[in-house]
Amino acid sequence: MSRKKFRDGSLKGWLYLLPALLFLGAFMVYPLIDVFIYSFEEGYNSASQTYFGIGSYNYAYVLHDPYFLQAVKNTFLLVIITVPLSTGIALLISVGLNSIKPLRNLFQTVYFLPYVTNTLAVGLVFMILFKKTAYSDGFINLILHWFGQGPIDFIDGPYWAKMFVLCFYTIWVVMPFKILILTSALASVNQEYYRAARVDGTSGFRIFMRITLPMISPMIFYLIITGFIGAFKAYSDVVALFGTDLNGAQMNTIVGYIYDMLYGDSGGYPSYASAAAILLFAIVLTITCINLLISKKSVND
Amino acid sequence: MEVVLQNLTKKFPSRDRKSRHEVIAVNDFTFQIPDGKLIGLLGPSGCGKSTTLNLISGLEKPTHGRIFFGGDDVTDLPPENRGIGLVFQNYALYPHLTVKQNILFPLQNLKGKDKLSKEAMLEKAMEAAKMVQIDELMDRKPSQLSGGQQQRVAIARALVKMPRVLLLDEPLSNLDARLRLQTREEIRRIQRETGITTIFVTHDQEEAMSISDLIVVMREGVALQIGKPQEVYDSPANLFVAKFLGTPPINLFNGRVKEGRIYIGEDPVLEIKGEEDGEVYVGVRPEGFVPDRKGALCCKLKGIEVMGRDISIVSENPSSLNPTVRAIIGTENKLNLEQEAWGEENEVRFSLIPHKVFLFDRETEERIQFEERGL
Repeated sequence: MSRKKFRDGSLKGWLYLLPALLFLGAFMVYPLIDVFIYSFEEGYNSASQTYFGIGSYNYAYVLHDPYFLQAVKNTFLLVIITVPLSTGIALLISVGLNSIKPLRNLFQTVYFLPYVTNTLAVGLVFMILFKKTAYSDGFINLILHWFGQGPIDFIDGPYWAKMFVLCFYTIWVVMPFKILILTSALASVNQEYYRAARVDGTSGFRIFMRITLPMISPMIFYLIITGFIGAFKAYSDVVALFGTDLNGAQMNTIVGYIYDMLYGDSGGYPSYASAAAILLFAIVLTITCINLLISKKSVND
Repeated sequence: MEVVLQNLTKKFPSRDRKSRHEVIAVNDFTFQIPDGKLIGLLGPSGCGKSTTLNLISGLEKPTHGRIFFGGDDVTDLPPENRGIGLVFQNYALYPHLTVKQNILFPLQNLKGKDKLSKEAMLEKAMEAAKMVQIDELMDRKPSQLSGGQQQRVAIARALVKMPRVLLLDEPLSNLDARLRLQTREEIRRIQRETGITTIFVTHDQEEAMSISDLIVVMREGVALQIGKPQEVYDSPANLFVAKFLGTPPINLFNGRVKEGRIYIGEDPVLEIKGEEDGEVYVGVRPEGFVPDRKGALCCKLKGIEVMGRDISIVSENPSSLNPTVRAIIGTENKLNLEQEAWGEENEVRFSLIPHKVFLFDRETEERIQFEERGL
């Protein structure tokens, strides 16, 4: 009797899971496998559904493609610069917000604004800040000019200037979410710990390092992991800043490279795109695994 | 260390911004806590006992009044310079640190000339851990400990700097009943061994009565009565203290004094000397009733509860302020009870033990002392 009951229960369970399984299977697992297969099929043509042969040629091509290497370099630079910086700055701002009383709500709203602002409006602001037009060199150049520095073309100029704008933009865009998560994490730390620390005469810095930081470390690791994944997937921001000819601007990202391979002006190569996509997948998977390993060691639940 | 509180007052601004009304948490509290004693601050929630503790610890600043430890005025000192150890109600152990790291934490904060070497710190931590008998759990995390063990770690952390005064905020409220009994003995033992003046806060009168050298009964920021637990129980200063101490609680009756007699309803229960006539409250401790066929107080029997060690007789009386009158009789009186107490038709009659009977003024609720004349 109990066995029948158990079977009935598990059947019901599968039935409940069915819609989710169907959707995940059709829109995630199947495409993933398909892409994996494409990546080994040389010269696959999606119109005729034919290919020349099977092998690792697509990977070899992609890995030797200077545009792909440039995209990898750009993406890694973006990740390495923006993830730690944005998390660190967000932490500073959150701690600051948490320790002030007057106007806290106002500041919280101000810091959250970029999250709810339209991308086009944001783009406009960045244009005013950085874009060189016939009439002006942009607001930043105006400031630089006061300090006697020459105008720099941030959008079409040297590589480091463009990278700077991209990083600046990315940090600015991801900041509100991180501040939101961190302020709520800070608010959820039990005040008793701080009172206990005060009775023991703990210095402010030590309280932060030994109590606050460990207490909110799960949230920090969550932000770092999602930050890594988000930055590896960067594409639309880059297009918004530098237009669609990213290879020409030397500002392509891995996702941008995949897109160009599929649909860009030089596109129509699903095999190369698939190989690049699998490579991106491998990179993100590796980094996330490393992150989780580190966080398991140092985060306490 | 002798602790002296002098006219200690703490006012909090009202939470409601419209009214300027201030909340007085502690009102003009003057008290001298003798050296090396265990003091229980007792009162219902919101009576200001925790605020008093916070004032002594330095986490709150008093609005008026001074606090002295020994001869030193510590009123303006921050908590860390007062030489106190504080155990929080929920222990506030740092969850990411091991027991050892938790106990070491206060020592690692020491700076300048007080700074200790690593070995000295470890030695002190071990000493404190041995004192509370958790020296075998040093490498565990707080989450791997039981409530009682966490409590001990919290006490060890408070003791490790050898404080002049140890403060415990509701130390037993997070423990289950069995552990509570054990832990209160433990607190008593630790306090005796270290000889540190210890002040603890509780709303549980049994807890306070059982281990304190002195108890302070508080209500609405005012200390109503201060004394040895048994003295306070045997001789409450007013109605509130009488009601607050004792389980089961004291039985209260509307009564009056007339011509040298105390009447409950129409029953003259005690003869007394030299007291003015008037309406009073009469309080009788549950153990103050003696079943007696010839007894003066007549009640309607509701039931008898046998609890092993003793028996409670539950009855009703029209003058009673409690829904039922509860009398507690030792089981050795069982025979006596069966033979003698019953009157007709479910009546039970009691005579009263005079020193278990208290009179309180109707207006002020203060105790009225009386001298019995004997029946």
